[in-house]
Amino acid sequence: MASVTRLVGDLATAEDAVQEAYLAAAVQWPAQGAPANPRAWLIGVARHKALDTIRRDVRRREKESAAAITVGPAPGSSSSADPMTDHDQLGLIFMCAHPALDLPSQVALTLRSLCGLSSTEIAALFLVPEATMAKRLTRAKRKIRDTGIRLRVPEPELLGERLAGVLRVIYLVFTEGHKASTGTQLVRGQLCDLGIDLARGLARLLPAEPEVAGLVALLLLVDARRVARTDDVGRLVLLEDQDRTRWNKNMIREGERLLEQALRSGRPGPYQLHAAIAACHSTAPRAEDTDWRQIVLLYGELLRYEPNPVVEANRAIAVAMSDNPSTGLEILDRLRGHPQLRDWPHLHIARADLLRRLARAPEAIDAYRTALRLPLTAAEQTFVTERINQLAG
Amino acid sequence: MKYLLLLHSPSGAPVDQASQEYADTFAAYAEANAAMAAAGVLLDCAPLQPVASATTVRVRGGRTLVTDGPAAEIKEQVGGYTLLECADLDEALKWASTIPAASSGWVEIRPVVPVSMPA
Repeated sequence: MASVTRLVGDLATAEDAVQEAYLAAAVQWPAQGAPANPRAWLIGVARHKALDTIRRDVRRREKESAAAITVGPAPGSSSSADPMTDHDQLGLIFMCAHPALDLPSQVALTLRSLCGLSSTEIAALFLVPEATMAKRLTRAKRKIRDTGIRLRVPEPELLGERLAGVLRVIYLVFTEGHKASTGTQLVRGQLCDLGIDLARGLARLLPAEPEVAGLVALLLLVDARRVARTDDVGRLVLLEDQDRTRWNKNMIREGERLLEQALRSGRPGPYQLHAAIAACHSTAPRAEDTDWRQIVLLYGELLRYEPNPVVEANRAIAVAMSDNPSTGLEILDRLRGHPQLRDWPHLHIARADLLRRLARAPEAIDAYRTALRLPLTAAEQTFVTERINQLAG
Repeated sequence: MKYLLLLHSPSGAPVDQASQEYADTFAAYAEANAAMAAAGVLLDCAPLQPVASATTVRVRGGRTLVTDGPAAEIKEQVGGYTLLECADLDEALKWASTIPAASSGWVEIRPVVPVSMPA
């Protein structure tokens, strides 16, 4: 469970390719889902133009088939005649992210009942067969009914724990879109938009929770780099090589403002720390202006909330950037044997990058090749292969 | 809703009723059960005799087959149960986490199917 609840960080430190993939690396994400109230919840979520595109495609193929679960008022009633109260909306969020449901079901339920997506649309977004999704949906629906999971806001002593689950679900919606997957750019962008809208909606309902604001800030600061992350032909562009003038200034400003407000609460948490790390990148006019010393400190702080080797590896990379590559490499080499990191390709990519910086090309090539033997997205494979070719050539 | 809580303790319950361990375990359960009774959610609860005492019955083709022991060879066995009447799963979860078995082992929460008597 600890490994599932672990937040993922910002391996951006050395390479954007590493960072982007890292956002999802620590969390297993089998795409599945469940249905819920088809009531659109967050204003605007279901109205994204991009989403409408896929929706039309999907509608053409098949009408929504999975049974909708009744949550609160009957699903057929129009939302204008029968608006959900904020309290009900909040209860619905917590119900969808109930820990008695498996994580993929939590995410699909959230998209279903809060964003108003049909099960067919969710299947399309997560690139799973519709039949698979329908089966998962039915199972989750039955579990909610039979186990007595109710639409309600958890009691205060439980709120923090349950809120962490809600934040994780929203974060997963975003990272599924953010990481380079086999889907089209369009699909990925839609999931990022949905994640941000969900986070914004939650922030509206829970304005006094700094971690919620921290999540909104994190997603905005990361997503602000979206168009700069890939080149004309869809290849990944490293953070240090990105054209920073293409970053979305408005999103960065809003993210920074939200983060500052959240930090003023004096109740720090992992999302605020991740957002602060993202802000270190977004405030640097050039890659070489990045305040790596600050990032090292932030990762050190993050380890208190997420004491796991993935965060340690990120910290090592920040150390390499602020101090020198060999210091960071020493830490990474020590972490390499950790069972949680052995099959994590991004550790090897990060090692390879530091070896490259140290002009140890043969070892760098070896490390890149090790990463290639582990699961990578198509874009990452292209990136690593190009690196090997550069070093070998 | 009724929830049956199945209490699993891998180490098993202390056997020696004169031991301090037995007294401590007894007291811990008594405290948790008293709180549930005071909240009005406790319908029934009891420890079970060790699995060695289990007897399994099957009726097949009109014949009753009685065998010694549990139906399946599984490592962890239910050591007790608690039957609660709760508003929802969250309430059942809250009480389940106060039961000592949740700390020493685990508690499985099974919703009870409401069956009405035929008229």
